[in-house]
Amino acid sequence: MGGLTTAMFLFLIASGLSLIFGVMRIINFAHGSFYMFGAYLAWQAVQWLHPTGGRFWLAALLAAVGVGILGAVTERLFFRSLYGREELYQLLFTYALVLILGDAAKFIWGTDQLSVSAPPALAGSVQILGTTQPLYSLFIIAIGPAIAFALWWVLNRTGAGRMIRAAQMDREMLDALGANVATVYTVTFALSAFLAGLSGALVTPIQSIVPGMDVLIIVQAFIVVVIGGMGSLWGTFWGSVIYGQVLSFGILIFPGFSLFSVFALMAVILIVRPWGLFGRPL
Amino acid sequence: MTVAAKKKVLRRRVATAAALRSRAISGRIPWTLVIFVIMATVPWVGSRYDTFLAAQITIDALFAVSLNLLLGTTGLVSFGHVAYFGVGAYVCGILMKTYEVPFSLAFPAAGLGAALFALISGYFCVRLIKLYFAMLTLAFSQIVWAIAYKWNAVTGGDQGLPEIPYPNLDWMSAIPGCGDLSIGARFYLLTLVIVAVSLAAVHRVVRSPFGRVLTTIRDNPERAAFLGINVRLYRLAAFVVAGGLAGLAGALYGIFSRGVFADYVFWSKSAEILIMTILGGIGYFWGPPVGAAALVWLNQVITDYTQYWSFVLGVILLVLLFGFPGGIVGGLDLLWQRVKRLRNA
Repeated sequence: MGGLTTAMFLFLIASGLSLIFGVMRIINFAHGSFYMFGAYLAWQAVQWLHPTGGRFWLAALLAAVGVGILGAVTERLFFRSLYGREELYQLLFTYALVLILGDAAKFIWGTDQLSVSAPPALAGSVQILGTTQPLYSLFIIAIGPAIAFALWWVLNRTGAGRMIRAAQMDREMLDALGANVATVYTVTFALSAFLAGLSGALVTPIQSIVPGMDVLIIVQAFIVVVIGGMGSLWGTFWGSVIYGQVLSFGILIFPGFSLFSVFALMAVILIVRPWGLFGRPL
Repeated sequence: MTVAAKKKVLRRRVATAAALRSRAISGRIPWTLVIFVIMATVPWVGSRYDTFLAAQITIDALFAVSLNLLLGTTGLVSFGHVAYFGVGAYVCGILMKTYEVPFSLAFPAAGLGAALFALISGYFCVRLIKLYFAMLTLAFSQIVWAIAYKWNAVTGGDQGLPEIPYPNLDWMSAIPGCGDLSIGARFYLLTLVIVAVSLAAVHRVVRSPFGRVLTTIRDNPERAAFLGINVRLYRLAAFVVAGGLAGLAGALYGIFSRGVFADYVFWSKSAEILIMTILGGIGYFWGPPVGAAALVWLNQVITDYTQYWSFVLGVILLVLLFGFPGGIVGGLDLLWQRVKRLRNA
């Protein structure tokens, strides 16, 4: 169960990372920073709306939208001039964002641990199969597939989604057909940042908000995306499930070496099937 | 003109300019020797703190040059180069601290250990194309980190390996003028000599036929393969040499900083060394050492004023990426060419 909560939670983060990779072929290290900003903004919104706690959902939504806007602005200002440059520059640019956003968060919110309490409706816990599960964890487990379906629906059943999928397949052809590829990219980036911000906001009731959470989470999100296949939505979903199970069984089988086992899994997948279990070769 | 053709012309122009300049200037003044002599006088003319900074710059220079062998010479973007640095640091540290092996054996062992690990991991890495290569090197470096962080019995886990002994440098007392130097200053001098010899060796390698093949592979791997070059084998060879050198740098760093800790191997360190390398300029042999010196110095200056060093580093990186992709040495090179053109006109 713990594995499943971790898994669904990671799926929320990794889905955005995978989306950007699929469309723009960029590995976005700053995705973890967007996630951290989501968490901090959610805390801030809770303070403004209702300092004693409550209005959590509104705060989470505000945070996600805020991060989405941040993502769109970053794309417009900087990323735009990096498409087509060597991937070293793209990687390092996203790393520059990690450095800048990390310090900006420290500057604005300080280095103390912050926390947000779970919304009252989900604060309790229930008995399932003889174990006590916090309601909030169950909520995360439920929201993972919900977001996956919502994303699937957006990508496969709406006009904007069709554009994004077309950009994923052949950017130049889409451009030649008269579509505004620049806007498609901005929207994709904003959507991806929105997902990162949302997952950052939703994690606040179960994890405290600290500086450094950005670089820790991004590596885990990479592993998930690599296992499932970069750019593949369902691949990312199953990748997170596998990651969660390997991590929790790893703890049972070789205590202390569960971290090793997930990195080893990442390396093995890259060696055997670099495009991931569910992805397609580039 | 296509982007690729433009790049090729630019690269050729830079190469010719560099060749002309090296004939014009370094024929007169042996710059590398001058810099070596200046660096070697630091323990006498500078403070203890200056010696500390000089040692840091020297070790970082070797690490960055080893990365540039992949990045600038072979065209491989490694995002996990710190793994080999870490393996070298741990091998040397564990041998010297736990098994009391002398430095003269532990140091080469560190280089060999790192090269061996580079051979094993590189065998898989060089099969992958660009982004996947970067991801797999990252995965291997995180494996090293996970082992270093959790294997308490050998690596000390999250406590690390503190108090690694200095090598026995009593023999230096026999050298005139070195008698009253502290052990730290002596170790710095040893480091400087080792790094100078290593850099000279890398310089030879880059200019050798082997190095030319690596550059050909960087510029056009398909063409290199067409010419009958075993691209994977050459990439692997570069990977192993770079890994071994990074291991040597790591061994020196572990002794210099009096300990080896799992933090050294975390992935963000790989990014820092990449920044150092491109800050100097990846297209130039002396780019990475210049980048190392600039970054260590900047860090000192800026952390005096503010605790937000990462922010400043990020901004420097942005300026570099958007304004000076050739780095410091590349910028100076352009400036020098412009001055020369003005003088000629």
